[in-house]
Amino acid sequence: MTQLALVIDLNVCVGCHACVTSCKEWNTSGAAGYLSDDRPYDADPTGCFFNRVQTFEVGAFPDTQTVHFPKSCLHCEEPPCVPVCPTGASYKRAEDGIVLVDYDKCIGCKYCSWACPYGVRELDEHQKVMKKCTLCVDRIYDEKLPERERKPACVLACPTNARLYGDIHDPDSQVSQAIRENAGYQLMPEWGTHPANHYLPRRKTVIRIHADELQRADNPLKIDGKLPKPALKEPSLDDVTSW
Amino acid sequence: MNPAFSVIFLTTLIGAGQGLFLALYTGQVYALFDLLPAQDSRSFYAVGSAIALAFLAAGLVASFFHLGHPERAWRSAAMWRTSWLSREVIVLPAFMGTVFLYGAGHWLGWQSPLFSLPGGYPVDATLLLGAAGTLLCFGLFICTAMIYACLKFLREWHTPLTVINYILLGGASGFVLATAFSAAAAPAASGFFGGWAAVLTLGALTSRGASLVRNTRLKPRSTLATAIGVRHPRIVQKSQGFMGGSFNTREFFHGRSKAFLGGVKWGFLVLAFPVPLLVLAAGLAAGSPAILGGAFLVQYLGLMAERWFFFAQANHPQNLYYQAIS
Ligand code: SF4
Ligand code: SF4
Repeated sequence: MTQLALVIDLNVCVGCHACVTSCKEWNTSGAAGYLSDDRPYDADPTGCFFNRVQTFEVGAFPDTQTVHFPKSCLHCEEPPCVPVCPTGASYKRAEDGIVLVDYDKCIGCKYCSWACPYGVRELDEHQKVMKKCTLCVDRIYDEKLPERERKPACVLACPTNARLYGDIHDPDSQVSQAIRENAGYQLMPEWGTHPANHYLPRRKTVIRIHADELQRADNPLKIDGKLPKPALKEPSLDDVTSW
Repeated sequence: MNPAFSVIFLTTLIGAGQGLFLALYTGQVYALFDLLPAQDSRSFYAVGSAIALAFLAAGLVASFFHLGHPERAWRSAAMWRTSWLSREVIVLPAFMGTVFLYGAGHWLGWQSPLFSLPGGYPVDATLLLGAAGTLLCFGLFICTAMIYACLKFLREWHTPLTVINYILLGGASGFVLATAFSAAAAPAASGFFGGWAAVLTLGALTSRGASLVRNTRLKPRSTLATAIGVRHPRIVQKSQGFMGGSFNTREFFHGRSKAFLGGVKWGFLVLAFPVPLLVLAAGLAAGSPAILGGAFLVQYLGLMAERWFFFAQANHPQNLYYQAIS
């Protein structure tokens, strides 16, 4: 079974919102119709987005870290949003695990958004149907696109390569390896939703230096200065020539 | 959550209608066993059923205002295997149809006994319809309440008390309505309905009080640490990613002060329980349908406040992600 997903590397994300804008651009131009965008240049702008980049501060000054945190539908493997939908408009595809909304069936009751703990479903205020990330289902299988572009728009847009895309059920995929080797984790594991999207944690690059690496092993008495120069025929202290 | 008036009207109106139907049928069963004087089937049961039906229909109409696409509402019967909302969508019309038949049966006098219970009590078609209606009525209470109680991360709702509250609050409201109605249509029975109305109101106060106490003790299971997966006790949001509002900031935040919430809480605790009880007692003593109708109205206002508070109090974990504009 395939489960397509994103893996987002918080260690590399710089919070540039390129994924947000490219997502909006791609998904407002598709066959499903536009994404609402009201009063974009006025005092109270609002609109429907599939992807948001948020910013958190961890720790107290001066020991703080800024964490940029992109968030979109996690395509949960046990999606709580799907069984509650009364019309069957929300569904999870068996073939690739993408959770989708059928805009022609949705009655706009908002119940699925109540049932998603992550706040990633947004009702389109004009079309009055529930919308959310489709993992660019209208891109990734499009044979008219060159192979390397058959990826979600956000993944292609990310300038730091913080967004990886692939099948997390394939142990050899890039995403599975990234999760495995970099301690990838899921959001709010306490609700048993098993999100398919994973996040890679912030990682500090540290050099480990052991005490004996700071000392010259061949100078245990810490006597500095030039070593006595042995005569040419004598063995040297450390079995190499001293000159 | 941000309480939606369509849902507040839906749940309180159908609750009153359901309770009224239960009251009528209880009266009929008591009368069958000669515990109550029999009532006129047209002016009491048929008209009473019509009133119950009117409440249910009003609730149904209110529910359509909650939908983005009411014209597609028929689709929502599809997923009854998994969705409590879908089940409610099926049970509500089924119940309304049964109440209609029950009232019609009384109006048309379907009273020839079909068979007799041991002891010689005759069972007619209306009694069977009423039994079916009672089952559907409880089914509807359970569906309505489970829509909320089944969402496990809305922990204020995820408790059997939610189901009990819906049954008792709806029952109380319907029995108070039945008391007012019977004072006009069947004065001999109004004491009976008034007694049960008081019992149900006190029962509802107990269970609603219990859920209030339970909810004040809840500790949130999701925190910012689990929401973004950074293991640190001190995390603050600096930006939610956009400057204006969004669906997520409008649907899940009530935007009122703590004091306002407290006011609504005490408001409903007073308006839905002690005040209607006092007015009920006064109305019964005076035998006045108008005063008893007042008791129903006061309690209905209280129940609307109760429902508003029920929604507002639920703290959705998604709110963790929407704390700061920038
Ligand atoms: S993240 Fe929310 S909307 Fe997406 S699959 Fe999970 S529960 Fe459903
Ligand atoms: S808003 Fe649409 S997708 Fe969501 S539960 Fe209702 S019908 Fe289903």
